[in-house]
Amino acid sequence: MASEGGHGPQTSGDYISHHLQNLQVCKSETGEWVWNHCAGNPMAINVDSMFWSVFLGLLFIFMFRSVAKKTSAGKPGKLQAFVEIVVDFVDGSVKDTFHGKSNLIAPLALTLFVWIFFMNLMDLVPVDWIPLLSTLVGIEYMKVVPTTDVNITFGMSIAVFILIIFYTIKFKGVGGFIGELTLHPIAPPTKGLGLIAAPFVIAFNFILESVALLAKPVSLSLRLFGNMFAGELIFILIALLGLWQLPLHFGWAVFHVLIVTLQAFIFMMLTIVYLSLAADRRN
Amino acid sequence: MDINLTLIGQTIAMIVFVWFCMKFIWPPILNAIEERQEQIAEGLAAAEKGQDKLVKAQAEAEEIVDDARKQATSILDQAHARANEIVAEGKSDGVRERERQLTAAKAEIEQEINKAREELRGQVSAIAVASAEKILKREIDDKAHEDILGKLAQEL
Repeated sequence: MASEGGHGPQTSGDYISHHLQNLQVCKSETGEWVWNHCAGNPMAINVDSMFWSVFLGLLFIFMFRSVAKKTSAGKPGKLQAFVEIVVDFVDGSVKDTFHGKSNLIAPLALTLFVWIFFMNLMDLVPVDWIPLLSTLVGIEYMKVVPTTDVNITFGMSIAVFILIIFYTIKFKGVGGFIGELTLHPIAPPTKGLGLIAAPFVIAFNFILESVALLAKPVSLSLRLFGNMFAGELIFILIALLGLWQLPLHFGWAVFHVLIVTLQAFIFMMLTIVYLSLAADRRN
Repeated sequence: MDINLTLIGQTIAMIVFVWFCMKFIWPPILNAIEERQEQIAEGLAAAEKGQDKLVKAQAEAEEIVDDARKQATSILDQAHARANEIVAEGKSDGVRERERQLTAAKAEIEQEINKAREELRGQVSAIAVASAEKILKREIDDKAHEDILGKLAQEL
């Protein structure tokens, strides 16, 4: 692929950077909508990431909704059995970790798990297939794994972050939220001369806890992004090897199945853990 | 690699998907699962109950068969006893009948004997008279010795 002529990329470096380039659209300074000249423009949209992400989300929705519509307590079909295994697995994970009562967390975990799994799974589509097809219909860039786009992973982790704050306030009140940020891990002194030190202690706690709080969504999204991006990059590098790519690709794909599932599971599990910590009154 | 509007787009997409999942996917599937779990638990309990019932029924059936066997044996015994009784009764009846007939026959025989004896007596006396007549014809007159002859016949 690397030696392809014409409009295609020329060198290995070109090939790699071509594969890592999102299909972007943005409003240029002249007020026109332009494609692929959006570097650094915060109002740009990665059309390919958005498309595949929404497409796979819809796939999840339709697949599970079709089962939910036909579902009955009787003898399940094969798809229903599969869907029920996934649902039961997620339900078990949520019940093991989250002890409060919430109608949101389990569906949230299910959506995240299946959706991220689907998005990660796009990594197993050989790296050139869809980009080549899209080049044939005139679309220059096509990055098919949404989770290798940091915007996608941050988009999800920010929603989780908002939910963490929402749950903290819901279960502990605004005071509880502020107290959590300021009264841990060092309890400020409440009497005597120590009172002078209290503001410093609070400030110290606040810095520490804010970092801890902010680290949650950042680590959540960067973990997923890093794993998938690295996996994708290795697939691209393997694709540069000519004939040797076949066994290597197979080996890495087999290994990657593990990463795909594991990362989806970790994202789901950490979301549940963060939310259950937020809802736990004892903390 | 830049952060851009895609982030907001993804957040919105996620909210929509999660909302949809929460409203239309999770509840029916989980309901079905829980319902089935209940049904399976009920089915298992019912199976266990059925097993218990079966064991009980088997014991009951055995008891009934035992009873029937005992009854049959007792009926058989009774029948045997009755048969023996009937046979014994028949025997004793026979014996009695035989004795009755025997006595009747004996009485008849006796009668016949007596009759024969009577006849014989008459005949013997007649023969005796005849022979005596013949002997005495020459010596004695009938009329003279009539009373003696009558006495003789009576004595015989």
